[in-house]
Amino acid sequence: MIPWERVGDTVMTKLDRREATVLRGLITQIDGMLRGRAGEAPQDELAELTGIRTGMTSAPEDPILARLLPDFHRLDNDDTDKSDEDSAAALRSLHEPELLDLKSGVAGVVLDTCPPDGGTVKLSLEQAEAWLSAVNDVRLALGTTLDVTEDMPDELPEDDPRSPHLGVYQWLTWMQEHLVLALAPDDTD
Amino acid sequence: MPVEETQAEPVGSEIAAEDKPWQTIVWNDPVNLMSYVTYVFQKLFGYSREHATKLMLDVHHKGKAIVSSGSKDKVEVDVAKLHAAGLWATMEHTS
Repeated sequence: MIPWERVGDTVMTKLDRREATVLRGLITQIDGMLRGRAGEAPQDELAELTGIRTGMTSAPEDPILARLLPDFHRLDNDDTDKSDEDSAAALRSLHEPELLDLKSGVAGVVLDTCPPDGGTVKLSLEQAEAWLSAVNDVRLALGTTLDVTEDMPDELPEDDPRSPHLGVYQWLTWMQEHLVLALAPDDTD
Repeated sequence: MPVEETQAEPVGSEIAAEDKPWQTIVWNDPVNLMSYVTYVFQKLFGYSREHATKLMLDVHHKGKAIVSSGSKDKVEVDVAKLHAAGLWATMEHTS
């Protein structure tokens, strides 16, 4: 892969076949988890009539989904009370369907624009924004699975089962960092 | 960004509660990149790079930062946008 290059309102890079396969595989896997969560949401006739969808009220048990779909309040503080829990449940139910749609939407943009066999990726700024969010979601998921910490070494011991996957995480970090550079407004405020 | 334990310092104390009863808080996490967090603050809130960077550094060093405040509805929307961007955000009443 080469760093993202911005020319006017287009952002470009090249991926080789293996990189494209890994990226598409991870995006597909996480999107599958998000769609699974969306499928668990309560279906009711009132929602179909009004178009107001209601999502789940409790946080996902899966740690990856829990990280991608956070609570609206801190519920792990000592002073958390019942009203915080009730409010978090109501806010989750109200907002989670749209959040799931947004996350599946950005995943879809990557799958639509990343050639399965690798090659040139050419994005509009809007599509590049979608890549930024989708790649970040993948990093959050991998970071959760790998139990990434700030002082994590660049390389893990060979016998650490996480070792081969850390390379993928670092590659995605590099990709995201360069995408931010390509997109960041260069104001001088 | 490093995980720091933050003990409950009264976050509401520095902002007058009356017209801005709710605040949006972003918490530190070890995955989100400093450059990305700054970018998200600029993009979502229209903050200057300088202000966005200051907030990002607060998140990084102090474990959290208040990134916006206002009515419950406004803050709710801000938290939802931050969740879409993958940041760990919550909302609190200032009282």
